[in-house]
Amino acid sequence: MSEYEIREHDVLVIGAGGAGLRAAIEVSGQGVSVGLICKSLLGKAHTVMAEGGVAAALANVDPMDGWQTHFKDTMNGGKQLNNWRMAQLHAQEAPDRVKELERWGAVFDRTKDGKILQRAFGGHTWKRLCHVGDRTGLEMIRTLQDRGVHQGIEVYMECTITKLIKDGDKIAGAFGYYREDGRYILFKTKAIVLATGGTGKAYTVTSNSWEYTGDGQGLAYDAGAELIDMEFIQFHPTGMVWPPGVRGILVTEGVRGEGGILRNSLGERFMFKYLPEATRNDYAADEAEAVTWVNAALAGTRTEARRPPELSTRDNVARAIYTEVKEGRGSPHGGVFLDISYQDSERVKKKLPSMYHQFKDLADVDITAGPMEVGPTMHYTMGGIRVEAESQMTRVPGLFAAGECSGGMHGANRLGGNSLSDLVVFGKRAGAGAVEYVKGLSDTPKIDDKFVKEAIAEMEAPFQIKDGKNPYDVHKALNKIMSTYVDIFREESELAIGIAKLEELKADVEKAGAKGTKAFNPGWHMCRDLKNMMICSEAIARSALSRQESRGAHSRLDYPNTEKEWGTKNSACSKGADGKMVLEHTPLPEMPADLKELFVKKKEPANA
Amino acid sequence: MPESTGRQATLKVYRGTKDKGEFQSYKVPVEAGMVVLDAIHYIQQNFDPELAVRWNCKAAKCGSCSAEVNGMPSLMCKSRMDSFKDGEDICVQPIKTFPIIKDLVTDVSWNYEVNKKIKAFSPSPDADWTIYQEDIERVQEFRKCIECFLCQNVCHVLRDHERKDNFMGPRFMVRVAGLEMHPLDEANRMKYLKDEGHIGYCNITKCCTEVCPEDIHITDNAIIPLKERVVDEFYDPLGKFIRGVLGGGKKK
Repeated sequence: MSEYEIREHDVLVIGAGGAGLRAAIEVSGQGVSVGLICKSLLGKAHTVMAEGGVAAALANVDPMDGWQTHFKDTMNGGKQLNNWRMAQLHAQEAPDRVKELERWGAVFDRTKDGKILQRAFGGHTWKRLCHVGDRTGLEMIRTLQDRGVHQGIEVYMECTITKLIKDGDKIAGAFGYYREDGRYILFKTKAIVLATGGTGKAYTVTSNSWEYTGDGQGLAYDAGAELIDMEFIQFHPTGMVWPPGVRGILVTEGVRGEGGILRNSLGERFMFKYLPEATRNDYAADEAEAVTWVNAALAGTRTEARRPPELSTRDNVARAIYTEVKEGRGSPHGGVFLDISYQDSERVKKKLPSMYHQFKDLADVDITAGPMEVGPTMHYTMGGIRVEAESQMTRVPGLFAAGECSGGMHGANRLGGNSLSDLVVFGKRAGAGAVEYVKGLSDTPKIDDKFVKEAIAEMEAPFQIKDGKNPYDVHKALNKIMSTYVDIFREESELAIGIAKLEELKADVEKAGAKGTKAFNPGWHMCRDLKNMMICSEAIARSALSRQESRGAHSRLDYPNTEKEWGTKNSACSKGADGKMVLEHTPLPEMPADLKELFVKKKEPANA
Repeated sequence: MPESTGRQATLKVYRGTKDKGEFQSYKVPVEAGMVVLDAIHYIQQNFDPELAVRWNCKAAKCGSCSAEVNGMPSLMCKSRMDSFKDGEDICVQPIKTFPIIKDLVTDVSWNYEVNKKIKAFSPSPDADWTIYQEDIERVQEFRKCIECFLCQNVCHVLRDHERKDNFMGPRFMVRVAGLEMHPLDEANRMKYLKDEGHIGYCNITKCCTEVCPEDIHITDNAIIPLKERVVDEFYDPLGKFIRGVLGGGKKK
C-alpha cells in the first residue's frame, strides 16, 4: 500500500480563487487553523480571468443606487428563481466587502472626486461595477493572496483533492495528491469549505480553464450533498470566435458597458429586436437615445436617456447572437460584430487594455480601428451545491460551499459583476460558518482507514488498466455530447439522446488509463477529473430535461414560455442508495412580504 | 471551426527531469491563429498524455505557461505558430532559472517565499480613502503583473549568478514599488530593499522590462525610483539630516 503524508487543520478550504481565499482569510482571522488547497499555483485560479468588475451598490456614480435595487436586479436577472436570502445578503454586504478589498490594498479606478469608479453592466439598473480597467479579477485575487499570505494561511499548491471522508454523517477529512510527484496526502479536518468553481471543461467552447472540471460539485455529490439548478448554464454572449485557437476566450461585458455596439452582417443593431417585453422600458428606444446615454457616460454626466440594448442580460444577448448567426446574418467566422472603435482610441486602450492586447496579439484585430467578432461561449454554472444561505453549509454536517460551485444565489441567470461580489460575500460567510461549526463540535471526527485505502485504490486504478482509453479522447467525447445535445437551445428528444450517450460514456470513463509515472502526469489527472465532469454533465442534462419551460439561461424549443408553476421549484440532484442519480423538484424558499413589496411598487424610472 | 493551413510544424520539446532529459520531436498540424500552447496541447492529447505543462487561462492573464521558445522567454499562449518560418523547428524548453520538475514545469516556489517577506500594505488607520486617479496610475501599472516570472527568469543576478539566496528579483521590486508608491501606504521597506532584497545588485540591463508580457516598465518605473529612495535614505547623510531637522520625508 502506498505511503501518504498526513496534515491536520480545523478547517480545510478547497479552491483558492476569490471565494476560497476569502474563506481562508476569515477562518485564520478568527485564530482557527486553516489549510488552503490550490489545484494550480497560488494566484492563478479562475478569478484571475474575471474582467469587467465587482457589483456593489456603493452609489458612487449613480447616487440613486442602493441594496434594494441591486437585490431587485439580481432577482429579476435570475428570473426569480434565486434563493432570495442569498440575493439579499449579497446585495447588502457587497459594498462592505469591496471597501474591505480597498483597505487590503486593491487599487480600483477612481471617479473625479476620488471615489471608487463604477461602470454600467447588463441587467444592472445603475452604474454599479467597481473595476480596474478590464483586469478586476487579477486585482482581487492578488489582494486576497497577499492578505492571506501575510496572515499566515498554510497553502498547498498544485494539490488536488479526490475524496471527502466522513465519520458517520460528519466531515472528517479529505484525500488527495500533489501534482508535482503524485504523492498522496490525507487531511484530517473538522470542516471543509468547497470553493472549486464551475465545470466549463465539459463543453467544447468555453471561457474556462483546465481546472474547471466540477470538482467541488463531484466531491459534494459523492459525500451526500445536493446539486440544484444545474440546468442553468450561462453562455456568455461574447467569446472570441476567431482564430480557432482562441475560440471561446472571454471578451468582457465591459466592452458593452463602455458603449460597445452589436451589429449583424447587414449592419443592423439587432439587440433592439430582442429586448423582452418585461424590460423593454428600461432600455433606449432607438440609436439616438443609446448614443445620448453613452455620451453622458463618457463625460461622467447624468442623463434622462436609457441604457443601450446591448446591456440586456447575458441569457438574452447570447440567444440573440445565436439566432442572428443561425438565421444567416452572422460575421464571416460565425459570430456577430462588436464595435467600440467609434470611441477615442486612447480611451479604449485605457479602459479595455487587455481586450486591446488580446485581439491585437491573438487575432490581428485592432479594436480601436474596427469591430471584433464575437459569439457565445460556455462561461458559468448558476447551479451548484445546495447551501444554507447564512452559513453556506450543505446538508452534510461540516461541509460548506461558496462561489461558483454553490447554487442558489444567481437563480436562472447571473448578472455580470455579481460573481466577484458573490465570491467575497459568501467566501467570508462560509469561512465564518465553518468556524462556528468547528467551535460547536464536541468530538474530533475520526477517519476510518478503509476510506483511505479506497481513495488510494481509485487513484492507482488508471495505471493498472491494460490498454486503457486515452483520457483526452474520452474528454473530447464528453465535450461533443454536451455541446451537441445540451447546448443553448434544448429540446426533449436531443436531451434524451444526450443522457443516453452520457450513460454509455460512463464505461469509457472507468476504462480511461494512465501511462508512465505519477510525476506531474496530466493524463492521470484527467482520469480523475473526468468523473467530476460526468457527475456535473449528467446533472445538467437531467435537470434540463425535467424543466419543461424556458427561464433565464434555460431555453427549451419545445417549451418556449416561462411557466409560473416552474418558478416555485428547484431541480435537485443527489446520489441515490444504489449509486444512481436521483432528481427531485423541491419548493423554492418563499420571499417574505416586505421584500415582495419591492417588486410590487411602481417601478422607479430607469434613469433619473 | 478548425481551419487547417495545410502546414505542419516540428516541435522539439524538452522531456525529462532536472537530472536527465532530452528534446523529443513531434509533428503537429498548424491551424490558423494557433499558438505554441495549442501545439503542446495537441501533443498531450494525441501523442503523450504524460507531457507536463502548466497553463490556465490561455489568454495571457494568469502567467502560468512561461517557457523558452526558440530561446525567447515567453508565454506559450501568446507565441503564435505563424511567427515562425515554414520548416523552422520550434524548440520549447522550461524556463532556465528555476529547477525543472518535469518537462516544461519548473519549481517556482522560491518566488512565493520571497513574497512572504515583503511588509504588507499598511494604510493609515485614519485614512479617508479619497484617492485620485492621477495618484495611482503608476501603482496600477505595477499591479498589472501576472506573476509569469519571466522577469525573474532573465534577470542576470538570478539566471547567471544564481543569487536566489540574496536577491529578490525584478518581480518583487515591482511589488514593493506598488506598495511604496500607494498614496496611503505608510510602511517603510527601504532597509529590506537594501539589506535583504539587495536592490543594489541590479545593474539595470533592462532584460526584465524586455520580456514583460504586460509591458510594465520594470526598470525605469519601479527599480530606478526605488534605488533612488534607498540612496536617499542610506547614502545621503546631509539630506537625511535636513529631513530629520525639518521632519520631512514621505514616509514615517
